[in-house]
Amino acid sequence: MGVKLESKPISKLGYINYQEGNIYYVFHQGNETCAEAALLAGCDFYGGYPITPSSEVAEVLSRRMPQEGRVFVQMEDEIASMASIIGAALGGAKSMTATSGPGFSLMQENLGYAVTAEVPCVVVNVQRLGPSTGGPTSPAQGDLMQTKWGTHGDHPIIALSPTSIQEVLELTIVSFDFAERYRTPVVLLMDEIIGHMRERVGYPRKQDINIFERKKYLEPGEDYKPYSLDYDSDVPPLLSFGEGARYHVTGLIHDEAGFPTLNKKEVTEWYDRLYRKIDKGLDRILLYELYNMEDADTAIISFGISVRVGLEAMQKARQKGLKVGMVKLLTVCPLPEEMLRQVISGVKKVVVPEMNRGQLVLEIDRLNKTGVELIHVGTSDGEIVRPEDVLKALED
Amino acid sequence: MDRFDVRLAGLGGQGLLLAGLIMGEASAVHDGKNAVQTINYAPLARGAPSRAELVISDSPIYFPEVEDADILLAMSQNAYDEFSSRVKPGGIIIIDTDNVTKFEEIPGLLKYPVSTIAKRETGRVLTGSIVGLGIISKVTGKVSADALRKAIRTRAPKGTVELNMKALEAGFII
Repeated sequence: MGVKLESKPISKLGYINYQEGNIYYVFHQGNETCAEAALLAGCDFYGGYPITPSSEVAEVLSRRMPQEGRVFVQMEDEIASMASIIGAALGGAKSMTATSGPGFSLMQENLGYAVTAEVPCVVVNVQRLGPSTGGPTSPAQGDLMQTKWGTHGDHPIIALSPTSIQEVLELTIVSFDFAERYRTPVVLLMDEIIGHMRERVGYPRKQDINIFERKKYLEPGEDYKPYSLDYDSDVPPLLSFGEGARYHVTGLIHDEAGFPTLNKKEVTEWYDRLYRKIDKGLDRILLYELYNMEDADTAIISFGISVRVGLEAMQKARQKGLKVGMVKLLTVCPLPEEMLRQVISGVKKVVVPEMNRGQLVLEIDRLNKTGVELIHVGTSDGEIVRPEDVLKALED
Repeated sequence: MDRFDVRLAGLGGQGLLLAGLIMGEASAVHDGKNAVQTINYAPLARGAPSRAELVISDSPIYFPEVEDADILLAMSQNAYDEFSSRVKPGGIIIIDTDNVTKFEEIPGLLKYPVSTIAKRETGRVLTGSIVGLGIISKVTGKVSADALRKAIRTRAPKGTVELNMKALEAGFII
C-alpha cells in the first residue's frame, strides 16, 4: 500500500524569493492579506461591490490602491464589477474583483465572456453558506462546482484554494501570474474562515517577486491577430486597447482576428486552442502537497480550510497507529487527475472532508476506477467539519 | 509548548476582538510561536455577546478553531454561563467579578475585579480586556510581557497606546 509521488508545492514555481531579513511579518486576516498580495502582484485596477464575507478585500484596497496611484472603483453591482475588470484588463491593467455567493452568481455571464475573449483577470470568491443570500456570515465550500461550471458552455477555468494565510498571499500572486500567462480568468476560491482567520504572514518585498508580465508590444512588421493559432504556447499576446493595433473583442466565438465565426473549422480550432493552452500549462498549474502517503492505506483528500481538519485528523489517526495520508489540493480547477488516480488506486479507503453536501467527492468518485471505498464527511450548517468526524470515518 | 486554546468572552464594546488581535500578534510575530485567531462572525453590536478565540502553539496548528479552552477570560455573566463548561480539565477560568457574580468555586477559577482595575488605572472600563491579557500573561506565561507591549504599540488604535499600556501593566502586577 501507499503511493510514492512528489508534492508540487507553490514554492516550486519560484515566483517568490523569500529573503530572511527582508520579510515583513504581521498577524493578518485572509482578506487583508489577499488585498496586500494583489498590490504586490502589481494589480492596477480593482472594480467591485463589497459583500460579506469578502468586504475587507475591497475595504483595504479602497484605501491602498489610491495610495499607490492605482485605480479602485466601487461598481453598482457584481455584473458591472466583472465587466469593469475585463475592460481594465483589455486596457492593459492587471485587474481583480472580490465577492461572495450572490455576487459570484451575478458575475457568471461576464466570467464566461472573459474566458471566451481570453482576458486575464482575478476573481476572488470568499465562499459563504447556501444558495441565494444564504448565510452571509457563515462559511461553506459549496461553490466548487459553480467555479468549474458556473458560466454556460464547455470551458476550462483555473481555480486555486488556499489553506493558510501565507498561502492566501502566495496563491493571490500565483493567480495573477496564471491569469496573465494563460490569458484567462483565475478564481481564487476562499471561504469565510480563511477570509477572516488571522495568522502570521511573511510579506516579501515587491522586488523579490518574479511573475509573468504580459507582452504589450509588437515586433516590427508583426501582424497582430489577438487569437492567432501560430504560437507554441497557444497563448497569443494581448496588446492593450488603443496602443499599437486595432482589434475586435467579442463573446461570440471568433476567428484569429477576433471577428465572429460559426465556420466549423474555425470554431473547432478556437475551441481546441482554448483547452490546449491550459493543457500545455498543466505541469505549472497543478499544485498540491502530499503528506504521509508513502505507507498510507487510507487517504484524506480535501481543499481549502477543510485540509486543516484533515491534517488534524491524520495526526490523531497516526497516533492511534492508523496508516493515514493526506492530499492537499491547492489547484482545484482543473484537478490533478493523474495524481489523484494514482493515490486512489494505491489505498483501500479515501475520505473527503468538505464544507458542503458533496462536491469534490463527486470528482474523486469519477476518478475512482478501482472501486475503492469512498467516504464523504460534509457539513452544510455553517460550521467547520469536526476532526472527530473525519477520524470516525477513518476508523470505521 | 503544545497547543494552547484561549477564549476571551464578554460583550461587544469590551474590546475583546482587539485583545485577541494583540495577543495573536504578540505570540505570532514577537514570541515566534504559531498562532491562529478565528472570530465568531455574526452581525454583532455593542452589548451583544462577543468573543475572540486564539490557538497558540510551537507546532503547526491545523484545526484553527477553539473547542474546549485552556484558558477562559469571562468578562460577562453570559460569557461565564456559556463557556465555563467548555474548559479543558486543568484549565483556568479568569472572571471579572464586576460582571460575573454567579459562579462556582472550583479549582482553576481566578477572580479579579478586572473592570474596576481598568477604570482605576485608565479611567476607561473598556480597557478591561487588556488588563485581562496582562493577567493571562502573568498567570500562564504562555505569552510574554514584552511581546504584548510590542503588539500594543503596533495594534492599539491611534491615541490609545499609552492607555492600553497602562491597562496591560496593571494586569501584570495583580
